[in-house]
Parts: sequence; structure tokens; C-alpha cells
Amino acid sequence: MAKQPDINRLKKIAKEVRIEIVKMLNCAGSGHTGGSLSMVELLVGLYFYKFKCDPSKPLCSTRDIFVLSKGHGCPALYAVLAKMNFFSKEELCTLRKIGTRLQGHPQIGLPGVEISSGSLGQGLSIANGFALGARLNKDPKRVYCLMGDGELDEGQVWEAALTSAHYKLDNVCGIIDYNKFQIDGRVEDIKGLEPLKAKWQSFGWEVFEIDGHNVKEVAEAYDKAEKIKGKPSMVLAHTVKGKGVSFFENKNKYHGVAPNKEELEKAIKELETEK
Amino acid sequence: MEIKMKPTRDGFGEGLVELGQTRDDIVVLSADLTESTRAAWFKDKFPERFFAMGVSEQDMMGTAAGLALSGKVVFACTFGAFAAGRAWDQVRVSLAYMKTNVKVVGTHGGISVGEDGPTHQANEELALMRILPNMTVIIPCDAIEAKRAAIASASYPGPVYLRLGRSGVPVITKEEDIFEIGKANLLKDGKDVAVIACGVEVYEALCAHEALKKENISARVINLHTVKPIDKDLIIKAARETGAVVTAEEHTIVGGMGSAVSEVLSQSCPVPMEFIGVKDRFGESGDPKELFKLFGLTADDIVKAAKKAIARKNARD
Repeated sequence: MAKQPDINRLKKIAKEVRIEIVKMLNCAGSGHTGGSLSMVELLVGLYFYKFKCDPSKPLCSTRDIFVLSKGHGCPALYAVLAKMNFFSKEELCTLRKIGTRLQGHPQIGLPGVEISSGSLGQGLSIANGFALGARLNKDPKRVYCLMGDGELDEGQVWEAALTSAHYKLDNVCGIIDYNKFQIDGRVEDIKGLEPLKAKWQSFGWEVFEIDGHNVKEVAEAYDKAEKIKGKPSMVLAHTVKGKGVSFFENKNKYHGVAPNKEELEKAIKELETEK
Repeated sequence: MEIKMKPTRDGFGEGLVELGQTRDDIVVLSADLTESTRAAWFKDKFPERFFAMGVSEQDMMGTAAGLALSGKVVFACTFGAFAAGRAWDQVRVSLAYMKTNVKVVGTHGGISVGEDGPTHQANEELALMRILPNMTVIIPCDAIEAKRAAIASASYPGPVYLRLGRSGVPVITKEEDIFEIGKANLLKDGKDVAVIACGVEVYEALCAHEALKKENISARVINLHTVKPIDKDLIIKAARETGAVVTAEEHTIVGGMGSAVSEVLSQSCPVPMEFIGVKDRFGESGDPKELFKLFGLTADDIVKAAKKAIARKNARD
């Protein structure tokens, strides 16, 4: 029988990761709260269910590849990688401080971080490169690439979308954290993306539209994506910016603002009592 | 003696084919200029290691980075104007910042592109590329050097920018000459002035050397094929021993090779300097030879600049 996701375990991990994120951001005094909290289940469903890797050998040649294209969401990735034991949890509080491996946007060199990112729109092209490299190396690895919705304004994303489809890169699985906000405001007000599913389908992608906070749907989407042959897959995940903390949710002010001490205490209380 | 003319892009194409034969980790990408960049010569022999990227330079740089991170040595080929201009941020973040093993090949550098005009004449890429940390910038002077630069850069770690030309240029180096990335070559010794040149201007500098000799002026000629990392020692030695320097490049004088030389000398051995290059303007359509005259890039222009630098030196004494 195929592997089944342990839903309760994944939900518990997601909650713990959220707590680490708000703590880390408060400690740093700056950073991207909203977009880190919206992508938590997308990472947890991947790393704690689907992803092939060995945290003690981060560059192991048979590993799957995760490319964080929306680099500003790195607090979520750092929290997940620490939880996976790629590095120690204590290092999380060095975020954004001088000499840290946890740069304000991800930098190659930190175990588990595959690319340096931060300038939006570059990840999917790199993921395609990894996928072509895997094909040349006859390596069955899968390549995941997480993008933001505002990021889809970048033309390079659509250049890369053509490339994935043209080369039938079925080892590529894109993920969109569709939290409906970008820095300047609501995505639909700034530069509308709809109909987004149809756009990706017309570019030759298989699209799985899901609730990005439902770990069961997330895990199953990755399973389904792996079975698609001859074309790339996209997990279009509807999410809530700032998810998990009532006063961050859909408050775009927290796009690039970290919680202060008072907000942190309230946030942790909410997250801990959340069912 | 008749001089053989050959474009540097042809030498590069030959180098790629040789690399394909000797190494199986070489992968080539092209942004729809496969024949023009000579990437086609590799594609014909090793189609499984060639990927067409279409007119998408930004995507090409990212794809190249991913392939490089998978253990490949990637040559990403397009015109210099688009490699360095259109895709600069991708080169900055996905290549230079990450130190990925990607060799960016920009053909059609300089005004020698000719008739296609300003949008296609890259006069800015040496500047755009050399300001990036971790980037190596090479501009071969002829087809033989271009072939050797291609082969050498495949074994040189990290990102490299290779600047090549469209038109035939005199073949002035020999297969047995030493070529080492980061080490400039002294072509002619001289004591009155040093002409530091790169690319096709190396030939013009050699012609200027002969013309100056007739006037009893002894001009040293240096081929600075690697703009970054720059060969400080040879440059400082030349300035110290001649007391006057002329730089010559087929590129804007703002931020290019001459600026790089000036950065070295102003700190270590300031001497009067003159700059031969494109004078802060865009190119234009025309016959390359006529454009060289119009833009002041000929041996005659170097001769005049050399005399001016020497006069400034003598005025200081």
C-alpha cells in the first residue's frame, strides 16, 4: 500500500514551525511575517512527507531539490530545515545578524538551502536547470520550486514556464503560495493574475488547485504530481497571508514587518491554543 | 605578409567542439542565436548536451545555474548586449552571487558588429560584468586566443564572461603562446609609453607600435585579455618603467578595461593616462572599418594618444 500522510503529525509540526517563525522574526527585529506564515503547510507537507533528503548529508547526490524562489519567505524554510536537523535550532535566533548563515534572504552554503534567492522570478528557471541536469545524469530526483503570487508578475517566470513544458520536465513540481497579497496591496488590484489555473494549463502544465493550509490536500497534491508524466505539475495553493495569527491574517502591513514583543506573546498564545 | 582574418566567435566554436570531445560534463545553452554564436557547432556534434532556450536570456541564465549546480559546466550563449544587459540581474544573483560554474558567452561585442547598429553593438558589457564580485571577464584578441579562452574557462571555477566579436579580426597569436587567465601578455617591450589593449585593439596597438618606432618612440604593448582578475603586477611594472600609459578597448571608456587599469595605477603608480575607446555614446550602423575611424579606435588614434601621454609625462618632469 502506498505511503499515507500522518495528518495529525503534519498539523502539529506546522504549528511548531509557526511558533519558531514568529520567534525568529521577533528576535531579528525585521523580516517577512505574512508570506512566511502563509507557506508553512506547503513546506511541512513536502519535507515531512514527500521529500527525499538526508540532513546529515545535505549534498547527497540522490536528494530531491527544493528551490525557494520567493526568498523573502526564508524564515519558514529555516524553521523547517532546523526542525529536520539540517542545522541546530539555536542558530535560528541569528537570523539577519552579522556573520549569520541565515541571511535576510537565503544564501547558498546553509545546509539544505539549494539556491541563493531574493530577487524574484529566478527560481523556476533554476529548477528547470536542476531537472535537465537530473535527466542528463539519469537521476530520478524530483525538483520542487515554491513561488509567491506577486512574484508571478516577473516575466522570467513565464519564460521558465515555457521551458519546463517544452522539455516535458515531469520531474518539476511548481508550488504557488497564492495568498492574494503583494507588497503594494491585493494582487487583483495591483496586477491581476486570474484566471491563474487556466494560465498555467494553457502553458502546458498539469495544475492541482488546493487549500494550501490543509496538510492532507497538500500531501496528496505532491503524490498526484509525481504520477504525472510528460509535463510539469503545478500545485496552486490558496493560502492566507499571515495564517495562524488572527491579527496578522490578511493584514498586509505585516508583509515585511516583524512582530514586536507584545505581538509575539499574543501570537504564541494564539498558536498554542489553536486546535 | 598577408594577415589571416578570423572572427573570435569561430575560435570559440572550435574550442567548444574540442571541449565536447574531451569532457562529458560540458553543456551548451543558446538564446536563439545558435548559428551566430557558433554554439551550433557544438549542437551538431553533441545534440543531447545542447538545449535551445528561445529568446529568453533571463531564463537561460537561471537554467544554466541549475545545470551547473547539478555538476555541469555550462556555456550560455547569446549576443553580449543581451547576455549582460537583458539578463544582468540573473547573472548577478544566479551566477555571480552563487558562484555557479556558468560561462556566459557574449558574441557581437563592440561596434565591429557594424551594420546592425547600436542595439546590437555591446559597448558596455565589460563594465557590467567586471563590477560583479566573483566574476571573471575575458576578452580574447583573436580566434586562437578565443579557442584557448573557451577551453581554459571550462576548467576555471565559477562564472566567467567571455567577450567575442562578430567580424573577422587579424590572427596575431600562435597556438604555442602562453595563455593563462588573469595573466596579461607582454607582446612588445618598450620604454617610452605602455599601450595596454584588449580584444581587437591589441592588433591596432601592435600597428601603433610599428608606427611609433618609425618616429623613434619605443612603445610597450600589453595584451590584457583578462580584465578581471586584473594582472596588477604587469600593469604597475609597465607604468613604472615607461611613465605613460594608453589603454585601448572596443568598449565604452566609462567603467571598462581602461577604468580597471586606472583603478590599479591611481593607487599604486599614478602616471599620465590616455583612454582609447567609445567616448560615452551609443554605436551606430555602418561598415566596421569606417566605424573604427569614426569612433577613434584605429592605430592612428593610439599613436596620437601615445604622443599625448608622453608629452604629459615630459611636462611633469
